[in-house]
Amino acid sequence: MEHSTLVKNESKSAVPPFSGNGKRGKVSLTDEKIISDLLPQKFGKLGMLWVSVLVAFCLVGMFAYFLQLKNGLIVTSMRDYASWGIYISNFVFFVAISLVGSLITAVLRLSGVHWSTPLTRISEIIAVSAITFAAIIIIVDMGRPERFYNLFIYGRLQSPIIWDVTVITTYFFISVLLLYIPLLPDMKILLAGKEKKGIYRLYSFMGSFWKGTHYQFRISKRAINILCIAIVPVAFSIHTVTSWLFATTYRPGWDSTNFGPYFISGAFLVGAGGVSVAMYVFRRFYKLENYITYDHFDKMGKIVVMLGMLYLYFNVNEYLIPAFKMKKPEEGFLNGLFTGEFAPLFWSAIFGGMIIPMIILLFKRGRTPFPMFLCGIMIVVGAWFKRYLIVTPTLLHPFLPMHNVPASYKHYFPSWEEWAIACGSLAGALLVITIFARIFPIIPIQETLIEQHEKEHN
Amino acid sequence: MDTNNTSRKEFLASILTTGLVLAGCSSKKSPFELAADEHTKASGEKVKLLSVDGEVIEVDKAFLKPVPSLPSLSNNDERKGIPGKKFVMVIDLSRCKNLKKCQAACNHMHHVHSNLNWLKVYPMGEGEHTAPYWQPTTCMHCDEPPCVKVCPVDATFKRQDGIVLIDSDRCIGCRFCMAACPYSIRVFNWEKPDSIPEELCKQQYSCETSVPQKVGTVGKCDFCPDMARKNELPHCVSACPNGTFFFGDLNEDSVTNGAETFRFSDLIKDKAGYQLMEDLGTKPSVYYLPPAARNFPFEKGLENDNG
Repeated sequence: MEHSTLVKNESKSAVPPFSGNGKRGKVSLTDEKIISDLLPQKFGKLGMLWVSVLVAFCLVGMFAYFLQLKNGLIVTSMRDYASWGIYISNFVFFVAISLVGSLITAVLRLSGVHWSTPLTRISEIIAVSAITFAAIIIIVDMGRPERFYNLFIYGRLQSPIIWDVTVITTYFFISVLLLYIPLLPDMKILLAGKEKKGIYRLYSFMGSFWKGTHYQFRISKRAINILCIAIVPVAFSIHTVTSWLFATTYRPGWDSTNFGPYFISGAFLVGAGGVSVAMYVFRRFYKLENYITYDHFDKMGKIVVMLGMLYLYFNVNEYLIPAFKMKKPEEGFLNGLFTGEFAPLFWSAIFGGMIIPMIILLFKRGRTPFPMFLCGIMIVVGAWFKRYLIVTPTLLHPFLPMHNVPASYKHYFPSWEEWAIACGSLAGALLVITIFARIFPIIPIQETLIEQHEKEHN
Repeated sequence: MDTNNTSRKEFLASILTTGLVLAGCSSKKSPFELAADEHTKASGEKVKLLSVDGEVIEVDKAFLKPVPSLPSLSNNDERKGIPGKKFVMVIDLSRCKNLKKCQAACNHMHHVHSNLNWLKVYPMGEGEHTAPYWQPTTCMHCDEPPCVKVCPVDATFKRQDGIVLIDSDRCIGCRFCMAACPYSIRVFNWEKPDSIPEELCKQQYSCETSVPQKVGTVGKCDFCPDMARKNELPHCVSACPNGTFFFGDLNEDSVTNGAETFRFSDLIKDKAGYQLMEDLGTKPSVYYLPPAARNFPFEKGLENDNG
């Protein structure tokens, strides 16, 4: 068979020895079974329903954006004090969750961890889709989106926005390459013995140059290694720079040297939470029990706990140290979070989005698929609201009193248009992931085959 | 006195315009060419004009030499500023009773949207045993402007005369400058400005007049550089009946509110002038004189306060 020769080629070449603690299923799998299990599957009834719901959300969001383009940002609830709202917090959320691509693909790969192989493509498509929608949502937030090109004509290097545009674009392209290059051998498997019709045209367009020669494998392996190394500093940059959009100002709650690592640790946590959810969903609906195993959930759960602790540590630094001093400009802001109008949301995000999932995942039974799924949802939802709490309360606590403005300027609750656009963008990101999984194998086939062969050898 | 001045200016302007129109009608040549022509013959038609000394004089229509209106500045000139100047403002807090004439004049002259104010008057002093006072707040025109630092497209910029302006034709509406400004002085045109006359709407935007304001862009106090070019005071300064605002040039070391003129350095020294949030290092161009020996009790301003 054609692919088994590919496999031999590869296993002879530069695959490092299997680390051994990555037991997959108990059943021994043949190549044919692996391939037929992992090929993309048509949507069932539930899948169709899911897609239509997502499309509906996207359409409502697009309609809301049409209204915003027509009438201006007045359709939002943002005003001069709360001049950034859920668009910006949604943007920060997207950038945050996209960091998981670099964590699973690059950090784990570079540190020689092999159990994460089946999760690489899931995390990479989350990264690509999230960073795409981060870029879209930032354009939605602009008062003059048609002047976007000014960033390229008049761009000034001293502005953190230009840094952000630069690193996000870089991150997007590296992530797309990290998604695409490992797809090439799978494309050949997908194309094997098929007529070039419909979707196979796409496969052939994207990957027909891949012959699976020894030389091509060597180049691709080197390319992936280089990209994995390159993406780590870029990933750190995207979220550090995003935190600097806030930390380069004087405002209470943003004026913090802690912001870079605080954002990055939070990003890894929400990304890991997102992957946990995706693992559960794909495993369940694509019947991948042999490929995403209890072992994966167990290991992923431990990672989530570790990242949660890290994030908790930075949260303590971020809130308790200023609270110890209670400087005058920070007092109103901190009281608003701890006991004031934002307190219910703040404590829900801290406990629901961080502490409770961590406690659940400390137990072995917590690190099984369904509890992991629930914890992942809690982490992701908590993280979304945490971003809201980072953006809005600060803006509503300016240095000079809020005075001499209409009453609506002193509070912020997003308008339906803002909710519709934010939900539409989240639905859009999920739609991209869903469609990707419909077209391409969500678990890398070729790499799974290689590892299976390695295992049999040992 | 103020009204007198305006009506005289208007009168002069109307005569000049009439002259231009007449000249334009009599020949197809441009008025400037007409003036340059040495061989113009008297037409016998006389026009009455007001001389610089205030006398009414009669001139033959054919000899009318129209004064070209000030050439409109290029965007580049507007970005450079007025050479040799460094504008400062001093606000004497002991004189303010929250009349908001400054605000009304500013809003009117800049056609600011009815929900927005470029100039705000804050009731200050929240300490338990400190005395409250009214604080008119304009753009600080900082020498280290945080807003300019963060602008990604150079839409807000610092000029050599110290003024920070906005190019509304370039602003992308990201509102980073609003987040960066610790004085919360910047406002955003969330919707189409509602108080711009139609003919102004069609006008080319000028950074110096900040008119016309455009939807989806940021606006703020501009220190009225168009007035400074005419050697006149910003609108807030001339509108305040209590002489709260002083405007001037740091290089000349003098500030005036129209009626009184002070040596800037003496004023700041004698009255212990300070800047808002000096500790942030933004180096504002606006100085405050503490509300000592006040002309009005704080409560006097409350009736005009709308929260």
